[in-house]
Amino acid sequence: MSGVSKVATMHDAVAALVRDGDTVAIEGFTHLICFAAGHEIIRQRRKDLTLARMTPDVVYDQMIGAGVASKLIFSWLGNPGVGSLHAIRRRIEKSNPAPLEIEEYSHFGMVSRYTAGAARLPFFPLRSYEDSDIPRVNDKIRRVDSPYGDGPIAVVPPLNPDVAIIHAQRADEEGNTQIWGLLGSQKEVAFASERVIVVVEEVVDASVVRADPNRTVIPGIKVDAVVEQPLACHPSYVQGYYDRDNRFYLAWDAIARDAEVFDQWLKDWVYDLTTHEDYIEKFGDAYWDALRPTGEALSGSVDYGQYA
Amino acid sequence: MSGDEQGFTPNEMMITQSARWLEGEKICFVGVGMPNIAVNLAKRTVSPDIQMVYEAGVFGAEPARLPLSIGDPTLVTGAIAVMSQFDLFAFYLQAGLIDVGFLQGAEIDRYGNLNTTVIGSYESPKVRLPGSGGACEIAINARRVFVIMPQKQRSFVEKIAFQTSPGHLADREAEAARDWIGEGPYVVITDLGEYRFDEDSGEMMLVSMHPGVTLEDIRANTGWEMKVAPDLQITPAPSADELRLIREELDPEGIYSR
Repeated sequence: MSGVSKVATMHDAVAALVRDGDTVAIEGFTHLICFAAGHEIIRQRRKDLTLARMTPDVVYDQMIGAGVASKLIFSWLGNPGVGSLHAIRRRIEKSNPAPLEIEEYSHFGMVSRYTAGAARLPFFPLRSYEDSDIPRVNDKIRRVDSPYGDGPIAVVPPLNPDVAIIHAQRADEEGNTQIWGLLGSQKEVAFASERVIVVVEEVVDASVVRADPNRTVIPGIKVDAVVEQPLACHPSYVQGYYDRDNRFYLAWDAIARDAEVFDQWLKDWVYDLTTHEDYIEKFGDAYWDALRPTGEALSGSVDYGQYA
Repeated sequence: MSGDEQGFTPNEMMITQSARWLEGEKICFVGVGMPNIAVNLAKRTVSPDIQMVYEAGVFGAEPARLPLSIGDPTLVTGAIAVMSQFDLFAFYLQAGLIDVGFLQGAEIDRYGNLNTTVIGSYESPKVRLPGSGGACEIAINARRVFVIMPQKQRSFVEKIAFQTSPGHLADREAEAARDWIGEGPYVVITDLGEYRFDEDSGEMMLVSMHPGVTLEDIRANTGWEMKVAPDLQITPAPSADELRLIREELDPEGIYSR
């Protein structure tokens, strides 16, 4: 029953599937943000990307500061719990070193765009944006009259990225992908995108996936490449594997605030490294040990039953 | 100004007073920082059965530590439900299941309109702020909005630079005709006082000043002529028990409360 393995290295997956000018979504809401993929895109010096993400987070501050993107589609632009994304702000406020085109929504607007994209719908209605200035600065947010006589409602168009990069706890070699913890919009963006790279902590046997099918969020039929890369989300996190590195998020503020410090960080932690393994080694084992969960919190198990 | 000489900080006053307003509320959409501490304080005092909802996609969270971000893994472990963000925004928030949503802003006007987008012009901003996040739909779909933010001349302004999230309308008939699930801003709690919205004008009105604060302090930190309730109160200071919970259990490092 097993199909063709899609397992690839991060280098090869990005080289084959992420192209200059693409619209790329590295999603994950606080949880499961694949920083290692962002670093690889920087190392391969992609350019003119349109980056989509609900919360650009530090990963897009790094990528946009590194110059891989010319446009950002988003709904909340900040360093969560800390403050600003200074590299992105420099580009928006001072066009330094280059202008950045922006297109912004609310969170539900972004989720609705991915949902319309995933379902191949022409638009998606939502109860938002009334008496707000957001539609004034983004003419893709419009209002239509309900054909059923319920009055006007805001609508947003589908978002269909060229590439989605989704991190998950595990997948099999065909890309059948399982996630637990915060789900974000991982499923919606994967189904909406033309090409999908799944990055996982562990590639598992197909029998592991089949033993718990309710936990499968993305089927392999949507996936082009499976990259096994532990710790790929740092400083974001993977539920049950490693904690969010809040100290890094706090430290990022000072790094990104100064363009020279930012450039030095990129050199030391991205350009001068070849793979994410180098990044892991550079931090050292003790660093990673400190980010492990403090204990187990196992789910119960359920009985799916045999029906031979 | 209230302060340490009175045995509590302005932030502790804001947190405590926000928690008191949660008495009787059942389902609360929580943000990080002071709202998170306020809801956890309410859970330990006036509202033990309150359910915490986080926009990351969690219902019924039981955080074992103070989360720095709204997507902390401690919100997941032990929660009642974890769901996609579509489910959260569509089935919980838009469908009217959220009793209280907390919002804040860089700027607020007398009607409770909030700006979290830009200072200066949108096209060439002086300061680019985070934007809406879920704020715009929370403002419209949460049954009540609690605003918790520090009060300054530059934040309580006559005219906000960008209207990210809507508040009340001066045209009371137009507001009644909105047909939203939410009734909009319900209470505003700052480091100086507490404000409600006048039924007749839709305008913010000072109803209570925190201990040690004067009307001159309020006026000096408001960019318009603030209405004052005829029966202006003095906010009760945080109790010893409220302060102990904040300092020993909820924010022992004082990240948000000192």
